[in-house]
Amino acid sequence: MTFTSVAAPSAYAGTPKRGPVTRLLEDERWLALVLLLPTLALLGLFIAYPFFKGVELSVTDTKVGVPGHFVGLQNFEKIWNDSIFHVAVWNTCLYTFVTTVFKLALGLWLALLLNNNFKGKAFTRAFILLPFIIPTVLSTLAWKWMFDPTFSVINWALFRLGLIEGRINWLGDPTLALISVMIVNVWRGVPFYAISLLAGLQTISPELHEAAAIDGARAWQRFRHVTWPLLLPVTLVIVLFSVIQTFADFQLVYVLTGGGPANATQLFATYAYQLGIGTGLLSEGATISLAIFPVLLLVVIVQLIYIRRVETH
Amino acid sequence: MAQVVIRSLNKKFDEVHAVKDVNLDIRDKEFMVFVGPSGCGKTTTLRMVAGLESITSGRILIDDKVINELAPMDRDIAMVFQNYALYPHMSVYDNMAFGLKMRKFDRADIAKRVQEAAEILGIQQLLQRKPRQLSGGQRQRVALGRAIVRHPQVFLFDEPLSNLDAKLRVQMRVELKKLHDRLGTTAIYVTHDQVEAMTLGDRVVVMKDGVVQQVGEPLELYNEPANRFVAGFLGSPAMNFATVKVNQDNGAIWAANAGMQIKAPPEYASRLGRYVGREVTLGIRPEDLHVASAADPTELGFDVVVEVVEKLGSEILLDVAAGPDTMVASVEPNVRAKIHDRLRLALNPQGLHFFDTHSEAAI
Amino acid sequence: MIEGAIWRRWVFFYFPLTAFIVALLFPFYWMVITTIRPDSELYRPWNAPNYAPFWTSHPTWVHIKDLLTETLFGTWMLNTMIISLAATAISLFCGLLAGYALSRLKFPFAGSLGTMIFITYLVPQTLLFIPLADIIRNFRLGDTPWALILTYPTFLIPFCTWLMMGYFKSIPKELEECARIDGATRWKAMVYIIFPIAVPGILSAGIFAFTLSWNEFIYALVFLSSPEEKTVPVGVTSELIRGDVFYWGELMAGALLGSIPVAFVYSFFVEHYVASLTGSVKG
Repeated sequence: MTFTSVAAPSAYAGTPKRGPVTRLLEDERWLALVLLLPTLALLGLFIAYPFFKGVELSVTDTKVGVPGHFVGLQNFEKIWNDSIFHVAVWNTCLYTFVTTVFKLALGLWLALLLNNNFKGKAFTRAFILLPFIIPTVLSTLAWKWMFDPTFSVINWALFRLGLIEGRINWLGDPTLALISVMIVNVWRGVPFYAISLLAGLQTISPELHEAAAIDGARAWQRFRHVTWPLLLPVTLVIVLFSVIQTFADFQLVYVLTGGGPANATQLFATYAYQLGIGTGLLSEGATISLAIFPVLLLVVIVQLIYIRRVETH
Repeated sequence: MAQVVIRSLNKKFDEVHAVKDVNLDIRDKEFMVFVGPSGCGKTTTLRMVAGLESITSGRILIDDKVINELAPMDRDIAMVFQNYALYPHMSVYDNMAFGLKMRKFDRADIAKRVQEAAEILGIQQLLQRKPRQLSGGQRQRVALGRAIVRHPQVFLFDEPLSNLDAKLRVQMRVELKKLHDRLGTTAIYVTHDQVEAMTLGDRVVVMKDGVVQQVGEPLELYNEPANRFVAGFLGSPAMNFATVKVNQDNGAIWAANAGMQIKAPPEYASRLGRYVGREVTLGIRPEDLHVASAADPTELGFDVVVEVVEKLGSEILLDVAAGPDTMVASVEPNVRAKIHDRLRLALNPQGLHFFDTHSEAAI
Repeated sequence: MIEGAIWRRWVFFYFPLTAFIVALLFPFYWMVITTIRPDSELYRPWNAPNYAPFWTSHPTWVHIKDLLTETLFGTWMLNTMIISLAATAISLFCGLLAGYALSRLKFPFAGSLGTMIFITYLVPQTLLFIPLADIIRNFRLGDTPWALILTYPTFLIPFCTWLMMGYFKSIPKELEECARIDGATRWKAMVYIIFPIAVPGILSAGIFAFTLSWNEFIYALVFLSSPEEKTVPVGVTSELIRGDVFYWGELMAGALLGSIPVAFVYSFFVEHYVASLTGSVKG
């Protein structure tokens, strides 16, 4: 051997002795356990535990400061017969459905626009995401100011354009209120859809479009037969997230209308808050929160099945 | 003394029995090559020696110590991976120093060893660079350097040359051989390339489907393959095979099919005796076939039709049809042959091999 | 590019794009303008003839000054900053370790645990806030920043884990194997080799987590009651409204200043943010 002799430090000559902890952590399974412990502890304590507590609350009649007794399904009966609850369910479903459709359509359109090369593209892309980045409550406040019946700039614009004469009470009129809330939700969500769909679009090789164009397909046909099918998996995932978030939405409505006028914009979450925290009827509030769950589960399962089907296609 | 002993080694991945009862003795300072097609178990065996795969049953000993339960870091081995596995966020120096740092060598000693290894491999000027700034060949050397620096008892190589282009591969092969001569460390080298096996190995292990087919020096495996698989695996172009029937005629043993009638040479006559009336597989390497001249005995030749002529410069490969069989003959570059020509080929009797059609073992 | 005549480009591209940009960014412009307009200009009805919405001739700092001196806004900013940073740190720590375990180690129930963590991401805060409020009170954490620092990771960790998993999967496993043969324990190989390579992913996850923390509302609303403990979103919406009177100047100033840290962080790391957004979707 032509090596100069640099001997190994005596502590490491031969096979060193390993401490018990080191030996333990060499085992994949024990290491995995140790690594996952903090996460499992936190999630267990602050998600699993509250979830079961919520179930427990919903079958008792707890109020703030008053421990409850077991009452079976009484709370569920109550909300089943509660007309406000019906309104909340209807509102939430309508709200989720309409906003999702618009967010998808507008987001897709914007993504298609951004998928071209133009000056300032990176800049534009960065600014476009602002509605999504800025804390919801703060940007919603700006909208509230913009909707203010007396000082609304939107009213001013429409007035100047000659489209209206009297005032539009965006947040005070029951029908309009729901529409206004939807507008803000769509405004906030379009960037998320657009940027995510844009990323999806960019994975579609331009050669596919070129081949289709050579084959004689026009823009709309190219979209329908090349772009859309390839975009479908990404779209479904985005929609899945968005639907869940929208269904459980709270901040927007809380700031804009608080659920009114006359429950016109009452959603699951705001009603739960009103009952549970506002009036202190903890059990009933918890029941309403819990009522979100089966619907959520259904939506998630349906979408996951659909996603799996599209992926294995 | 760094001999590696493998006893009754088995590895099962769920239902798949990847390594079946392997027994091997690798001598101290030997360069042992494991060769075989993908999925034959060679890499799995190597990884078990390294400690990266658990052992289902059997034992592995290095220097007479059973290492089954030892973690990779305690086995005093070094490994060179196919993709070099250089730490991308560290300089070449730090890459090479990493193992020594883990073993608490002090700074001065690390510097000495790294310099030494860098000089041996000619990469001193690269020490401050990052892996992404290096070419494939340079990365390969750094990977080697990282292994050398630790002065391990055994080197393990997992197809280290597969990612290099052909020319570089030939160059590195030579360098590896020189390196081994210089360092003399026991080495286990896995490859699917039979040329690397033949040129690098002191001994070669051919594996297929998790089973060792044959162990021996390269030329031994080449000239005396133990079964049809080894015969067909080593050598390029591969050995030609034909199914023939053995019959006896006037005390002489003949092997024949629709395209040929070959008289078995005396050393085979006795062994083929048991197979009279049955079919066997005949094997003959391309270089043992030449265009027949008047001097060649008729019982050692057969007629063929030329289908393709491949002129390589140093030789000509003739793809021919002999009855139902296609064969390749490697002939002198001055042979004139065209497609559709009819020729007679003669074979070198020393190059004849026969294999049992069922067990595939050499007869 | 859109092929065809120039007019087509204008109609189908520039016009819609501009419309989108204006629609998406106008509320922020409105925020800024309102902040610097004096009250006399602010409170003009929209059908009054002197309603001049898009500019102001007398910009003023008075709203911002009032915000900073007469309200607890400074405290809220500090609270939110501390809570967001702490929650992000905790989530990154957990997400890093969990992501490594799930993507690079083999152990029983690995698949199910991964799915479970994914599912918790889908459990919205509005489902848990009532029982959680109770639990927080029982742990004596109510009305302290810890209530949020410990609960925010519940929706940050799944995301961080997921993101890190995707990132780890792209790192070849030979690197760890080589490190282990070189003499590192599994733990050291993870810390000295894998984590440094994953730094861009850690950065992306951290930024996303920071913005999500800053944005959280309902937990902060329900768990905190004293004005000094509040976070910016809660403070601005609850403390700046006296009875039925909305102090719009201060409100918009609060909204503007409250958005700045997030926008600031975002602006430096746009690529990372977009990467984590799209990475989580492509999952």
